[in-house]
Amino acid sequence: MISQVFILSSKGDHLIHKDFRGQAGNDIVSTFYEKVTALTGDQPPVVMNHKDLYFVHIRQGGLYWVATTTVGSSPFAIIEFLNRLAALVKDYCGSLSEKSVQMNFALIYELLDEIVDYGYIQTTSSDVLKNFIQTEAVTSRPFSLFDLSNVGLFGAETQQSKVAPSSAATRPIQSSREQGGKSEIFVDVIERMTVVIGSNGVLMKADVEGEIRVKCYMPSCSEMRIGLNEEFSIGKSQLRGYGAAVRVDECSFHQAVRLDEFDSHRILRLCPSQGEQTVMQYQLSDDLPSALPFRLFPTIERDNGGRLLMYMKLRCDLPPKSAAINVCATIPVPKGSVSLSQELSSPDQSAELKPQSRAVVWQIARFAGGTQLSALFKLEVPSLSSASMLEVGPVGLSFELPKITATGLQIRFLRLSPVQPGPSQRWVRYVTHSDSYTIRI
Amino acid sequence: MPYLGGEETVRELRRALSNPNVQSDPLRYRNTILKVIRTMSQGVDVSGLFSEMVKACATVDVVQKKLVYVFLCSYATLNPELSLLVINSLRKDCQDPNPMVRSLALRNMTNLRLPSLVEYVEQPLTAGLRDRAACVRRVAVLGWAKLHNLQPSSEIDAAVVNELYSLLRDPDPVVMVNCLRALEEILKEEGGVAINKPITHHLLNRLKECDIWGQCEVLRVLQRYRPQSEDELFDILSLLDSFLVSPHPPVMAATLSLFLSVSSSLPAVSLAALERVSGPLLAACGSGSREMRFAAVCHIQLLLRSVPGLLGVHYKRFFCGYAEPAYIKERKMQVLVELVNDENVAMILDELKGYCTDVNIDTAQAAISAIGRIGRSYSDRCLQILTGLLGLKQDHITSAVVQTMRDLVWVCPQCSDTVCLALEGCEETLQDIQGRQALLWLLGVYGERISSAPYTLEVLIDGVRSEASLGIKMELLTATMRLFLCRPAETQDMLGRLLHYCIEEETDMCMRDQALLYYHLLHCGIEETRKVLQGRRSDPSLGVLIGRPAKPVSQWARCFNTLEPLSQGAVEAESASRGSPEHMTYNPKPNADLSDTLSCSHIQEIHSGSDNAMRCSDSSTDGLASSITAPLSLCLSPAVSPEDFEHLWLQRQALHTERGAEKIEVVDCAWIEECVRCPAVLHCSPQSLQAAMQLVNIQTLAFTPKHTLPWRVYLYTHTQRSHSTDAPNTTLILGELLCTGEANQKAGVKKGTADSEAGAEGKEDQLVRKEMVATADRLSEDGQEEEEGIKVTLNQQPRDDDALRQFLTVLTTVLNTLSSEKD
Repeated sequence: MISQVFILSSKGDHLIHKDFRGQAGNDIVSTFYEKVTALTGDQPPVVMNHKDLYFVHIRQGGLYWVATTTVGSSPFAIIEFLNRLAALVKDYCGSLSEKSVQMNFALIYELLDEIVDYGYIQTTSSDVLKNFIQTEAVTSRPFSLFDLSNVGLFGAETQQSKVAPSSAATRPIQSSREQGGKSEIFVDVIERMTVVIGSNGVLMKADVEGEIRVKCYMPSCSEMRIGLNEEFSIGKSQLRGYGAAVRVDECSFHQAVRLDEFDSHRILRLCPSQGEQTVMQYQLSDDLPSALPFRLFPTIERDNGGRLLMYMKLRCDLPPKSAAINVCATIPVPKGSVSLSQELSSPDQSAELKPQSRAVVWQIARFAGGTQLSALFKLEVPSLSSASMLEVGPVGLSFELPKITATGLQIRFLRLSPVQPGPSQRWVRYVTHSDSYTIRI
Repeated sequence: MPYLGGEETVRELRRALSNPNVQSDPLRYRNTILKVIRTMSQGVDVSGLFSEMVKACATVDVVQKKLVYVFLCSYATLNPELSLLVINSLRKDCQDPNPMVRSLALRNMTNLRLPSLVEYVEQPLTAGLRDRAACVRRVAVLGWAKLHNLQPSSEIDAAVVNELYSLLRDPDPVVMVNCLRALEEILKEEGGVAINKPITHHLLNRLKECDIWGQCEVLRVLQRYRPQSEDELFDILSLLDSFLVSPHPPVMAATLSLFLSVSSSLPAVSLAALERVSGPLLAACGSGSREMRFAAVCHIQLLLRSVPGLLGVHYKRFFCGYAEPAYIKERKMQVLVELVNDENVAMILDELKGYCTDVNIDTAQAAISAIGRIGRSYSDRCLQILTGLLGLKQDHITSAVVQTMRDLVWVCPQCSDTVCLALEGCEETLQDIQGRQALLWLLGVYGERISSAPYTLEVLIDGVRSEASLGIKMELLTATMRLFLCRPAETQDMLGRLLHYCIEEETDMCMRDQALLYYHLLHCGIEETRKVLQGRRSDPSLGVLIGRPAKPVSQWARCFNTLEPLSQGAVEAESASRGSPEHMTYNPKPNADLSDTLSCSHIQEIHSGSDNAMRCSDSSTDGLASSITAPLSLCLSPAVSPEDFEHLWLQRQALHTERGAEKIEVVDCAWIEECVRCPAVLHCSPQSLQAAMQLVNIQTLAFTPKHTLPWRVYLYTHTQRSHSTDAPNTTLILGELLCTGEANQKAGVKKGTADSEAGAEGKEDQLVRKEMVATADRLSEDGQEEEEGIKVTLNQQPRDDDALRQFLTVLTTVLNTLSSEKD
């Protein structure tokens, strides 16, 4: 049972406040914010209490999403609810930010009214909700030259128009009925990698958590069939066939997915509801089919002048045609490091010393597969001792691998039946993120 | 948040709202109302616009209606009279052909929260219960709950309650679930909605139709149901099995809660459910939402209390991601500590070592104290890491390491040598109060082994005037006193100065009193002082207390799937930031369940005192009342250290084999070997074995992990025969339990002493065979029967056959109880 729901900006401004049971005073929002900011550490824990009232909150889109409740409530249910609420707001408003919430507060009040009644969750399915929600979303999209470049000379289709702009999926689901039925469907395969590589280069842990997400802007639902790789297998026991098998340890599906063709042809059938939903989730641990995307070869020594020399060689083992983007290596350095001088192997990299977090941050905007970058960092550390070397590392790497899945999962086809009357567009996107990619030194 | 210019805004809005031009243009009118709501949610008091907004309510535009209702519901309580005007238009909307408008009107009518309006609301609500559209029925059902809470004193019509019960069979699942919710609130005094067999089965059958929120609600309500027969119970459980592994964590957690409450009398079923649920819980630990991860990790901690080894193979799942927030990291480390075993200890320590230099100070300190906890069972490796960390010379790390060492040394005194070596020179890096306090305590207790101790203290004593912290001054005083006892020549002068300062100059009364106390104590003589200050040494037997014994599921089942495990206070129990370890009373609480089972099997229950040393008392009045011999009590003090044990054991064993086949009648020393049939003991965890043994005052000193072969346990105790008026009849018994696993337990059958007390108790059948004073070679000759059993070798000094036999009875009963529990 939920007493109140409120959304606060990171600075503590009240954006949305809805009291379902009328039991607590109005100052409870301020109480929450005081508690959150009074906590030490930048990340406050999820549950806090004020007398008998418990605050459960999540952070999404830079906002605090808070529900107040009593001690006996299920934390799983409330956290799942808040996550779902944030997802719905994102679906209806297009994107999730302080600005979009502020502009669409009427819509969010309306949503909350339908989702929760008297503190009890009624429904969170966008199929049901779309019948009730009347308010139009307000979006602000900055003018972008990119939109113009899609139109070729004399209106001819250019090569670029075959790629959906990155903003294509950040729009409200409701506007589709006004915008003349630009019916689109996005299927995203998103994987998150957790890797630990030991100091001797041995892989100590590798986990992949993946999901297939469908974002649907079709006004009328029809059946969709998603075909996965035919050699896709679940569990460790199954024998591998010839060729590269795609294997996951565990797999779970959305309850609306029908699996009658899954065993024979690896086809998922579902009727997507409007908005975003996770169709399938899967995990794979310790047995990656492909090589790890990155390897680091560090050399760390002290020179005569009492400086710390770190020579880093980073190799990207992706296939040559693909590339990693937004690669960022965080190298913890000894406390008291004063200044950094660097020699980087190419101009599109950058590195800086962040004394606050005691780390050197090495950024590479684009890193093509099969190449190798190197960097030499010279650190001025006044009180350098041999023990300080222990403080260097482990290196944390964050990156994004577009068009690549670590498990090798691919979508063979995407069919809508019956065939849509109007022009409809189907997009399939793959991306692998680093959840935590740690290389010990 | 006060909003500047609020009044001006309100005035402007009122002007706009009452402007006929605005009112005639639907779009402008709606936008003005939008502005009102926006100002409202910014925290400005716009209640003055109530009458204008009531007028705006009469419109065909649904969006505008909704906006106005948001406003009205917020301010109705401030304007009860004007709200009466709204009711009319709301009641009219309840007749609207559009079900959406009907449900909207009904919902807001009940949301006004005005007791004066109840009479107008009842009629539309009754009609709403029979509405064609499900969405109206949903609202109407909950509306009755709202109405009831508005006037808790007045009784809700029994007819309404009946109608709500009948709506449990509504075709719409949300209406059904809402009925449950409403009835729970309305019938709160009677204990909520009646959960009988037909309702339960109806709800279970329709569970699949509900969405996950409905499922959670139904599962929660069903926790109250008690199946009438075991068959029914298992039917329910098998029906719910698919929900237990649901990919939705809320459903999974709610199902497990239900499993645990329904099968509370069947521990085996609960354990099986825990095992089954560990997969989905682990998946939730890797969820994309970190709040969900946190919730899952916290609940895994609960599970581990009962099944410590449950996730041992999945320990890598609890390695921290480098971008994870500190609160998750801390919990994950706590889980890692629980999962340590011989196979993974190296990997886990390696991982934890990496966190010790984390940028976040809290994370680093938590990692260091986690290593300290592991050090209780793997002290060498951990001390190596900890001493390595001291080399970093960083204040927060050094402080955490010294505190951890202090805690570790109290539990495992055998580490003290390494710790003493490591402490040299770290006083320079220590800055914070807790770290310095810990160092002072260590210097006081182990002063004789740290050569620089007096000099460290001297520097502090010279600067005591500028010391701000009372805690440090107190600790300094005690440490100096202690050091004086072992190194008087070096310390005498500085102790004098410190006492002089404390008594003459110190303003704090506690400090002064403490100094005076020590001063007078010194007058009483050095022996008295020693008794007071060095009386309390850590108990070496603490070292073998490897972990907590597994707790029964019922202990935490109540708080599973509530906010309790996630709240901040839950972790504090283990926190390292406390004073000296000796201030923390180690209180071996007897496990309630275990002691029950034991007491009914006529064992002397020995009360364990609240202080560290266990006292003995013979509460065995009922148990051994029939026994002819005097009641025997067991006692743990004086303690036998592992080294002493080993020494004595080897010595006597040598003596025993020396004498060869001939029976030992020389010296007052007995050596017996026994075979007890209770193979299941092998499968019980060391923790529970230890706990059980401690209950009857038998100390286990060392044991192999479960399932390893050969399986060995070493134990000791002292027996006391309290009845004997002559000399205090105490003996020391050392024992070994051995199981080699294969059916090679060959033991000779010799019932020569079958007329023992144990036989008189009718316990003979449990004691398979009993043989006094048999030699090893004879055993292998005689025994032809092959079966799995546990070989008990006991060694007693001085010899007292009766006591030994009674002790054996006690031991056998404990082992049998443990085996039967496992079954």
